[in-house]
Amino acid sequence: MLELSNVHKVYKVGTFGGGRLRAVRDVNLTVAPGEVVSLIGESGSGKSTIGKMVLGLFRPTSGSITFEGTDITTIRGHAARKEYYRHVQGVFQDPFSCFNPIFKADRVFDMVRSSYFPGTPDGVWREKVLDAIATVRLDPANVLNKYPHQLSGGQLQRLLIARALLLDIKLLVADEIISMLDASTRIDVLNLLADLKERGLGILFVTHDLSLGNYVSDKSVILRKGAIAEMGPTQRVFDNPLHPYSRHLLSCVPQLHRTWAEVDAELDANPPEDVVLPTAPDEDSAPLIEAEEGHFVGINQD
Amino acid sequence: MTDVAGAPGTTDRADAPEPAGERRGSEALHFARRNPKLLIGSGIVLAFMLLGFIGPFFLSDNPNEYVGPQTQPPNGEYWFGTTTFGQDIWAQFVYGVRSTFVIGLFGGGVAFLIGMTVGFVAGYKGGIVDDILNMLTNVVLVLPAMVVLIVAIAYLDVRGLFTQGMFIGLSAWPWAARAVRSQTLSLATRDYVDLARLSGRRTWRIITTEVAPNMSSYLVMSFILLFGGAVLTAAGLDFIGLGPSNGVSLGAMLQSAVNWSALQLGMWWWFVPPGLGITAIVGALYVLNVGLDEVFNPKLREL
Amino acid sequence: MTLRVNDLKVYYQTLRGDVHALDGVTFDLADGEIMGLAGESGCGKSTLGKSLIRLDSRMRHVGGTIELDDKDVPIADDDAMVPLRYNEISLIPQYAMSALNPTRKIGKMINELLRARGVRPADVTDELHRRLELVGLEPKVLNMFPIELSGGMKQRVVMVISTLLNPSLLIADEVTSALDVSTQRSVAESMVEFRDRGYIKSMIFVTHDISLVYQMADTIMVMYAGHVAEKASASTIINEPKHPYTQMLIGALPEVGSTSTAQGGRLEGIPGTPPGLLNPPTGCRFKDRCPMAFSKCSEQPPLVEIEPGHWAACWKTG
Repeated sequence: MLELSNVHKVYKVGTFGGGRLRAVRDVNLTVAPGEVVSLIGESGSGKSTIGKMVLGLFRPTSGSITFEGTDITTIRGHAARKEYYRHVQGVFQDPFSCFNPIFKADRVFDMVRSSYFPGTPDGVWREKVLDAIATVRLDPANVLNKYPHQLSGGQLQRLLIARALLLDIKLLVADEIISMLDASTRIDVLNLLADLKERGLGILFVTHDLSLGNYVSDKSVILRKGAIAEMGPTQRVFDNPLHPYSRHLLSCVPQLHRTWAEVDAELDANPPEDVVLPTAPDEDSAPLIEAEEGHFVGINQD
Repeated sequence: MTDVAGAPGTTDRADAPEPAGERRGSEALHFARRNPKLLIGSGIVLAFMLLGFIGPFFLSDNPNEYVGPQTQPPNGEYWFGTTTFGQDIWAQFVYGVRSTFVIGLFGGGVAFLIGMTVGFVAGYKGGIVDDILNMLTNVVLVLPAMVVLIVAIAYLDVRGLFTQGMFIGLSAWPWAARAVRSQTLSLATRDYVDLARLSGRRTWRIITTEVAPNMSSYLVMSFILLFGGAVLTAAGLDFIGLGPSNGVSLGAMLQSAVNWSALQLGMWWWFVPPGLGITAIVGALYVLNVGLDEVFNPKLREL
Repeated sequence: MTLRVNDLKVYYQTLRGDVHALDGVTFDLADGEIMGLAGESGCGKSTLGKSLIRLDSRMRHVGGTIELDDKDVPIADDDAMVPLRYNEISLIPQYAMSALNPTRKIGKMINELLRARGVRPADVTDELHRRLELVGLEPKVLNMFPIELSGGMKQRVVMVISTLLNPSLLIADEVTSALDVSTQRSVAESMVEFRDRGYIKSMIFVTHDISLVYQMADTIMVMYAGHVAEKASASTIINEPKHPYTQMLIGALPEVGSTSTAQGGRLEGIPGTPPGLLNPPTGCRFKDRCPMAFSKCSEQPPLVEIEPGHWAACWKTG
């Protein structure tokens, strides 16, 4: 459904654009319908940039992003872009900053209506909105006709997902959508994503938190400095990390029932085997090697 | 999990039922009523505005008429005295205040519109559009505005208030554009702007409905400063004889007072009212602006 | 006993009334104890951290006492607090990165700070270098500007600066929240090292991340809506929590290894939202979200020691 091939993003930085900052380097990945793909990385790994490029908010420097056969980097004009957003929507990190503070929260629904459903009668539209709100498991009485500051982060985030569901979406880009939420409510939003996946929605889940990526996704992509370090089925990536960087990350994640000392001791007892990593022929490429079926490792960038 | 009706969060939030718009509004009003700078500034500006717009209805149509005895100091009949030629200074003053407000509104308005458009487009679009508009802004900014105005206006045969206002507006917009641009740059990266794009909104609608309302207080303050700037520029032009050819203005009053040696003749009533008038209007505008800043900016509020 | 906080109440003044951010908080902190202070946003954990060192202009000390090493800490009296700050109680703020003046070299800034506290910089230079080395920084950072350091390096610099005079109590407010996982681990481990070496006697580590606090703290105190819900040793809180809120909170945390699809593995959140603290409800503040609530919960449960070192405020555990 969604395919990124050889996507690069280079920013010009400094006075007169003299310097260059490579944010995304030679990224190839796919998202299938009903599949949740986690993009996991630390700050500066390019994970959010990839999300924004898929949403058409940034344009890649080179490479193609294909959605159902159309290269979206070639989309020009308002009408075509609008059509793309009918099928691809995003939810962002900070639910409070997604709502214009001076308007009521339901205005995000009205915007969708005026752009995409101008002819829909009030009654039909209302049904549609109530249906979407029920899907995200909110009580309409609690959330409709309220200002953003009267709602909690979890409620706002679910309203934004409901907004996306009003359209005929096939792909949802979820950019760090739960990092601002409290522990007691973030799990509900994660469970909601799992439900949407069951309905055949493809989800690109961008996160810095390994345990969250692990909870919800089918496929995990670990990014470092813009390039893919490791990619594969989530279970395999987490149970048998092959890239030294992934191993390092996993050993640093604070776990709830194992201390760092225990994790280190385990690693020392059974040191993982070294895997042959690909080498990049030049600055621009980042090849992958298929170490086992569907499980890829990328270049080392120490 | 579901959010059931009557969940604690909702019941609690019901204590504060006022919506954000009203809450913010009433909060601003709360501070506005207690801000002496705002009250004094707007009081003075309003008083002059009423004088300028209502006063002329009670006076003769032509304030430059030779109506009375010459060189009279202020008295019961001619409140501000008369000129060397017997013109009523009070009438000239009232008409002058009116043209001051007209030039401020029109000149400031033109500058505001241009500055806002350039600033919004540059800040929102970014990239090459921003580079070009920014260059244009900087070029106009470094032009010696007064000199250009003097040359341009001196070429015109018939000068009216509106031509003068137009020229002032065309030269005064750059700093407003820069201020609006920098605000827009920061607001344009907000998530709700991205969300509006994902909702298929067109650029101009995003600017007018998402970006501009969030900087409304900022825009109001920019306009007030442009207004004050236009008044001062107009007074300067009038004073050197480039004012409206057939009108009255506070600057022109100062000019004729100086031309006819009011200073040397001790006719203080000829130059003090227009001078004080300009100072009071512009000063009150700036005080008003500082007051507004304190009301809108929570960091400057005193609890 | 290093720190003893008794029935501390600190309210925020707002236009619409007082926000009861800390509404009767009682706990002890022993010598050498690292206490993790956890809870959701708005539960009062950051307010507690700030109250121990400096009340800002909107905060008002309403009641309760704080004792540090058997001496009263006069938090309501800003001037009397001055000699205590930095010498006895020190704080690493949430955004330590922005606490550094961008136009000063780090070494110069440290010297100014020391002189302001009446310490000759030359007397502590060796110690400063030793501690920088301990957190993995070279002495040359002293000649650098803050912008030249990464977030983790700045956080470590601030950590060294704030503990240079060996304060009795260090308060770390969400210090690792903005850091990447690998940096987070090394900063957290350095903090434990500082305690082990006796640079600080005890520490309160404020965070929303319970799994992080489990890695480094001796005890964990969980707060809810301005009250203490439960305090116990870290392993007790994680493995045998008694307060329903703690139980549900721990149960809502996904871990590496847990998935949404595993058999019966779906985690559950806590329904509802915490009460607002402008006019807080009477009784137990968790009662509206608590599946075990019963009639007695309309009275406020006291914080009682249910086992040695394990305190909880719930009628069901008492």
